[in-house]
Amino acid sequence: MATPADAPAAGGNRSASLPITIERLVKSYGSFKALDDVSLSIRSGEFITLLGPSGSGKTTLLMVLAGFVRPQSGSVRFADREVVLLPPHKRDIGMVFQNYALFPHMTVAGNLAYPLKLRNVPAREIAGRVERALDLIQLSAFGERRIDQLSGGQRQRVALARAVIFEPRILLMDEPLSALDKNLREQMQLEVRRLHDRLGMTTVYVTHDQREALTMSDRIAVINRGRVVQLDRPRELYERPATHFVASFIGESSTLPIEVRDGRPSFAGAPLLSAAPAPASSASSFLVLRPEKLRLLADAAPAEANVIAGHVRQNVFQGDSIVTYVRTASDHEIAIRRSLRTDEVLPEMGTAVRVGFSAEDAIIVPADADAPQTGRS
Amino acid sequence: MLRQPATSTQITHLDRLWLYVLCGLVIVFLIAPTLLVIPMSFSDSRYLSFPPESWSLRWYRAYFGSLEWRDATVVSLQAAFLTTIVATVTGTLAAYGLHLARSGAGRLVQVALTLPMMIPVILLAIGIFLFFAPLELNNSLSGLVLAHTVLALPLVLISVTAGFKSFDMNQEMVARSMGASRPRAFLTVTLPQIRNSVISGALLAFITSLDEVVIGLLIAGGDKATLTRRMFLALRDEIDPTIAAISSLLIVLSIVLLAVSQYFQSEPRD
Repeated sequence: MATPADAPAAGGNRSASLPITIERLVKSYGSFKALDDVSLSIRSGEFITLLGPSGSGKTTLLMVLAGFVRPQSGSVRFADREVVLLPPHKRDIGMVFQNYALFPHMTVAGNLAYPLKLRNVPAREIAGRVERALDLIQLSAFGERRIDQLSGGQRQRVALARAVIFEPRILLMDEPLSALDKNLREQMQLEVRRLHDRLGMTTVYVTHDQREALTMSDRIAVINRGRVVQLDRPRELYERPATHFVASFIGESSTLPIEVRDGRPSFAGAPLLSAAPAPASSASSFLVLRPEKLRLLADAAPAEANVIAGHVRQNVFQGDSIVTYVRTASDHEIAIRRSLRTDEVLPEMGTAVRVGFSAEDAIIVPADADAPQTGRS
Repeated sequence: MLRQPATSTQITHLDRLWLYVLCGLVIVFLIAPTLLVIPMSFSDSRYLSFPPESWSLRWYRAYFGSLEWRDATVVSLQAAFLTTIVATVTGTLAAYGLHLARSGAGRLVQVALTLPMMIPVILLAIGIFLFFAPLELNNSLSGLVLAHTVLALPLVLISVTAGFKSFDMNQEMVARSMGASRPRAFLTVTLPQIRNSVISGALLAFITSLDEVVIGLLIAGGDKATLTRRMFLALRDEIDPTIAAISSLLIVLSIVLLAVSQYFQSEPRD
């Protein structure tokens, strides 16, 4: 692997990254609001992921940052510079597309040299930088290959190298790994993150894959219906989702409707202990339970803070873990994931069991306030 | 040749004989009238006749020796070259714009641009003549080029539009993100990859202008008479075998250009 010395800042004294300030962006197509008053502050050098379902507006937001989409109103600043009206080629950004968008009429080296030629870098320096970039992506012998002679993973590396070879201070990526198979994708997730850490530019990454977002990001902006629903670090997002949407979109969970009276939550008549402050009484709320945080209680086990009774409906064996689906007396379903000892006997279907969880793991979220909204979802 | 079926499901050439005969007939009827003029052009006779009784190159000499024919040829070639340039540039730009346009207006423009292909040329010619009259464009080279461009542009548009279908516009976006202005991204990334369809469209535009006669009859008079117009008028006055010689030359030129155009159209793309 290459060392950090392989990626010097050729610009000399300029810093490697810029903060991005997004304020009150609105972009609508007819009656459909792709971006509905989006504000976001991205720190210099941060790896931030825009996560959301398809049609949520995450790609539109990326395209506004890149300059390909002009919003109806709002502001985008790179450091102190307003760029919202600046055309893409004057923004000095690196960009990686979902399908790589490599130039098939040029060699691998030709692709890497393209942004340098645009910047009138002298030919000898171009050759050196292309060579170093090829080393960095471990494709040293591939400079003269045609693009169609590369595998998917190699193309991905070339696209990435081409986006950073001119040392942009902002790197934008639009679902760059979605075309790769699972193993390669997980490997590339780590590679992309390492590249970011080595080069230090501010990175905005778009994906609909919550696991990818959790793996790679410093912070994640969850986007739904053109709005930033929650902006947080991966662990906080997972453990303290702000809304029902975030809770169900990130990670697996069982969601149960609960009642809140006088600030005291209860499920099916039984009071719930939760570490989080309960929402206002009038709001309809949900209890979110992460499968791996739950325990199936033996009769003799010490009581947990919360216990829900039910009976086993199904066991699903998944190799490294087993998921047991428990149907509660109130006819809701709860999934419990746990690792299985080799000699352990599975609870049979229909067996009465009790599901226990701590007050810390009782996540309570309000129902989505903006759920009934016009437009595409 | 396969006469007996090797397996029970195989179709023999004998079974398909009727198809071969039919195809042969179609090809003969398509090509024979075109090729007939070539032997006629080498005739020694003073009249157009087939088959020729004796052979000579006198009608080729007559063509190359005549100042009138030479002037008409120059006008036709000038018109064809200029039409090619104007139609290729505007047609390619139109195809680019229409490829990017997502609105319904784009489709309307597309229909408007291809309309000249669908209406009878004689109506188009009359319309152009009446439209050009107050602008004093009749009997001028620029008028001729504009009129031929109307005919040639749809061909360029169709050819280049097909080229764009297999081009990934993300490439142009990525080029722009890396610092290329839009025209530069088009010239360095897009154009090299749709090159074949542009060349193919340009050749079609050239042939269209060179072979055009109806519009030429109405708007290309005086010293701006095109080759095809002069041929048509000559044919009306007297059956001059020089026309067979010119036709043969035009046929060969058209076939060569079409073959080149086909080559560029069918060349495998990345």
